[in-house]
Parts: sequence; structure tokens; C-alpha cells
Amino acid sequence: MTEEVDTGRRHFLTVATIATGAVGAAFVAVPFLASWKPSARAKAMGAPVEIDIDKLEPGGIVKVEWRGKAIYVLHRTPEMLKQVNAVVDQLRDPQSAESEQPDFAKNDARALKPEYLVLVGVCTHLGCAPLDKLTPGDATVSADWQGGFFCPCHGSKFDISGRVFKDVPAPTNLPVPPYRFLSDTRILIGAEAEKA
Amino acid sequence: MSSTSQTAKAGGGRLAALTTWIDDRFPMTALWKSQVSEYYAPKNMNFWYYFGSLAMLVLVIQILTGIFLTMNYKPSAADAFGSVEYIMRDVEWGWLIRYMHSTGASFFFIVVYLHMFRALLYGSYQKPRELLWIFGMLIYFVLMGLAFFGYLLPWGNMSYWGAQVIVSLFGAVPVVGDSLMEWIRGDYYISDITLNRFFALHVIALPLVLVFLVIAHLMALHEVGSNNPDGVEIKKVKGPDGIPLDGIAFHPYYTVKDLIGVGVFLILFSLVIFYAPTMGGYFLEHANFEPANPLQTPPHIAPVWYFTPYYAILRAVPDKSLGALLMGAAVVLFVFLPWLDRGKVKSIRYRGPLFKFFLAAFTISFLALGFLGLQPATPLYTNLARLFSVVYFAYFLLMPWYSSVDKTKPVPTRVTYHAH
Repeated sequence: MTEEVDTGRRHFLTVATIATGAVGAAFVAVPFLASWKPSARAKAMGAPVEIDIDKLEPGGIVKVEWRGKAIYVLHRTPEMLKQVNAVVDQLRDPQSAESEQPDFAKNDARALKPEYLVLVGVCTHLGCAPLDKLTPGDATVSADWQGGFFCPCHGSKFDISGRVFKDVPAPTNLPVPPYRFLSDTRILIGAEAEKA
Repeated sequence: MSSTSQTAKAGGGRLAALTTWIDDRFPMTALWKSQVSEYYAPKNMNFWYYFGSLAMLVLVIQILTGIFLTMNYKPSAADAFGSVEYIMRDVEWGWLIRYMHSTGASFFFIVVYLHMFRALLYGSYQKPRELLWIFGMLIYFVLMGLAFFGYLLPWGNMSYWGAQVIVSLFGAVPVVGDSLMEWIRGDYYISDITLNRFFALHVIALPLVLVFLVIAHLMALHEVGSNNPDGVEIKKVKGPDGIPLDGIAFHPYYTVKDLIGVGVFLILFSLVIFYAPTMGGYFLEHANFEPANPLQTPPHIAPVWYFTPYYAILRAVPDKSLGALLMGAAVVLFVFLPWLDRGKVKSIRYRGPLFKFFLAAFTISFLALGFLGLQPATPLYTNLARLFSVVYFAYFLLMPWYSSVDKTKPVPTRVTYHAH
């Protein structure tokens, strides 16, 4: 055995100890970081909600809460449905290619049944609640307003199908939540129909 | 009994004996001397040098009032708003403690912004004070975090929607944006769970980090020594005793000077607490006097005034990801000042016209953006915010150019000082 210090061995042992410790620390970090994810209770409370639209008149809008978000259900009049095609050239994403919705809503009406529009009332810019400005020419938005949704926070505008206009801060259309009709007058928000 | 304590007893009585007893076991006297009574600061420090000690004062006020607020506050969605009302109405002097804390938050930022502006004026971030500056910037970031987490706690409607907007910024991160937001909130929306964890971050995690950073900031300051309005290194000219000729002991000279600052500060602080605790909606926003409502956005969302310059930049950009990125850059760019600044002189007194122009333009932009961030986003205001954002970034990004070509004045070897 030599009297000299084997620096190579010492260096190897130092690095090996640090590496083992770092791996251990990384494993210990997992439970702490994972504890921030939605808990079992939070997930359970995010379950689908059922709403009754029997008393929703044409032109009327009802707002319900699902997962803490406002869900807008708008009973569109035939006039409103005509406007769906009126402003397409001013929209950023008219085909909903970049937006969040179930596949069945990738059309001009963005709905299962065109007369019932179901939207998440959370602006895709920074999460404010857009106001329903359904009257065409509403002076609080602009003189040439065709009717739709307007976010008061940063001025984002959406058409009568919740599609975003060009030149506003919001990047995409208002999301359509997964939903299905349980009957003609009852909608289940939060779950799509089983795929056939 | 040791021989040292016996000699002390003979010489200076019981107090001196106690001092010696402690000094044999803990470097009390040595610390006092090195950090306070024999820490030599430039003799020409002016008005701008009050704000460091004032920031420490506000930190103490915030910790003290914060501890007493937690004794009655309940961090749950069901109880939070009510418990703040309870503090305001039913707890003896609760209103005073709460107003001290809420006013303290705004005063913290006033003091810190003036403290930072001093560094821009006199080049205090330049070599050898880069790390001192970085510690200071980390303190500023932690302070912003504290303000943000603390703002959710009263669970008013503006608290709620402010948190919603800021957390949504993380949705701009590609691919993982949505799950990142879920992870921060611990739920699908800002809920009781979010409030509970923001409380933990506000009352224990970030204050601990803040106190450690303040200690690091002071240690770095006392290692390199204070800058001064002339930007002259006083350590370069020392007397035969090794003490800088332009240096005076921090205690008693600056402790006494700072006491005057403390007095004036407390007068202003008290005036706000007693006569304008909401400051017309700027320190405590009116929309926050109604409880959080996930279904009802306040008609006009604006953060508290100290965040509005960055908020104006965020809103000025018509693209979400780019807006968030530029807002982040506007905050982080300060960190790089020691390397962006190629100037050979520190103080504005000896800088050339280009630097003065850009610093003035930056200051005006910062204030203008702060104003615009409070206003509704009309087309005129949005365009103005875009203009001022460009000027804001020009100050940083053009600095390597204008600070190196600028015509500077000769810097004296000693500080300029006129006895009063």
C-alpha cells in the first residue's frame, strides 16, 4: 500500500457520492411536487353537471358552473343563426382549427344542435368572463357590431358562435366544453356521447 | 472562571464582563464592529441613500403585522373573505394591523423602486457590485411573488380574477401550459385548494427566502462597500490607519441620518394608514370589497399599481405567448444591467448626454406604462403602451452602444463633499 493519496479514486468517490445523493433528492422531490396536482377530491368535484334547458326561451342565455368555470348555454334565434356566416372573413380561426372543442363543434355553428350554443365563458386571452353582447349594433362594443361576445378586460371580441375576431388579444375561439344531450331538454356538461 | 472574564470584571463592571463572556462564545462585538461601528461608508451619500434602510423597516413592519394577521385570518374559500371582515370590524385594533400590512405592501414597492432607481442613477450595479445587484433583483422577484400570493388571500373578486389572469399566463407555455396551470392551482380553477397553498407560500416559504436574500444582499454590500453619488471607489484612497479618507463609520453617522429618514417615512406612512388607507382604490381596489365570484369578472381588471408597467406591456402585444414573453423580459432584463452597461464611469454626474437621455426616456416610459396599465385598453392607450414599451426595451438593448460611445466627464479621485 502506498502512502500517497489516490486523488483519482478520491475524485471518483466524491462524484459518485454526489450523484447518488442527487438521484435520491430527485426521488424525494417527486411526492412534494406531485402533492400540488389536483387531489382525488378535486377530481371528483370536477365531475359532469346536468342542466335543464326546458325554460330557456329563444334569445335567452343561461350560465351554469362546471369546474369553477362559467358555462354559457345560448338558445339562438333564427336571426342569430343567420349571422353565423356573416362575419367569417373577419375571424382569426373560422374553421376552429386552432381552438379547443369536441370534434362535433368544428363547424360554423360550433354546436351539436345549431340552436343551442354551449361555450366555456372564459376568455382565451387571460381568463376573464366575456359578456354576452347579443344585440347587433350594441354601442358599448362598436357601431358595426353584429352580435356576439365581448371581453371587457382587454377588448377581445367573439362572434355569435364564440369565434375570435382578428386584431384582438385572445388567440383562439372560446372553448366548447364536452357535452351531450340526455334528452331534448337536458344537457350533460363535461362528458361527450360514447363513440359508436 | 476563566482569566479573561476576571480581568474584564476588574476593568469595566458587570456589563463588560457579560460582553466578554459572550464574545468568548459568539463574535458579538466583532460582528458589531465589522458590520456597523467600523463599516466605513462614503461621507457624501445623499437623499437617495435612505431607501435601503427604509426597505428593511418595511420588511420588519410586514413580518410583524403579517404574524398578527395570521392569528385571525382563515385560509379557506368559505372563510377567508369573512375573516378579513372580522379582522377589520371585530378584532381590537385589527383594522390598524390590516391597514399597516396592506399599506406596507404598496410602500414596500415605492421604497424598492426608489432604491433601484438610485442604482440606475449612480451605476451601483457596475463592477464590483454585480452580485450585490443580482441579490437585490432576486429580492425584487421574491417581493413580486409575495405581493401576488398575498393579493389572493382576502378572497375578494379582484383577488380572484387577478390570480386567474396571472396563472393563465403560464398557459402560454407550449405543450405543458394547461397541465402547468392545473399544477399551480391544484384544481381546474382558482379554488379553496389554490388559496390554501398561496397562503403557505405567502406566510412561510417566500418570507424565509426573502430574509435569507436580504442577509446575502447586506453581506455582499459590506464586502464591496457602498457606492456613492460620485461613483468613486473610496477604498482606493486610504489614510495611514487603513480607513478610507472619504469614509465615515456607519454608526453613529448613518444610523442617525437614517433615523431622520425613518421619522419622515413613518409620518407619510401614518398619513396614508389613517386618512387614505385605500388610496382612492390604488392600494386597495374597490372591486375587492366584494367576495370572489368565479362567474362574474369585475368590469375592469387592473393589478395593483406596482405591477401595472409590466401589465401594460403584456396588454400592448396582440399575441398571448409573445406578450407573456415580453412581460417576463421587461422584468428580467434588469438582472443583466451590469453587463449591458459598457460605460467607464458610474455616476450620472459624469455620464454623457446619451446616457442621460436614455435614462430619462426609460423613467418616463416606466411611469407612463404604469399609468396606462391602470386604464381600460382603448385603441389610443394601446398604441401609447406600444410606443412606451419600445422605449422601455431600447433603454436596455441599446445600452451596450450608447454607454460605450457616450462622451463622459473626468471622474475625480475623491468624492465631492461640502461641509454644512
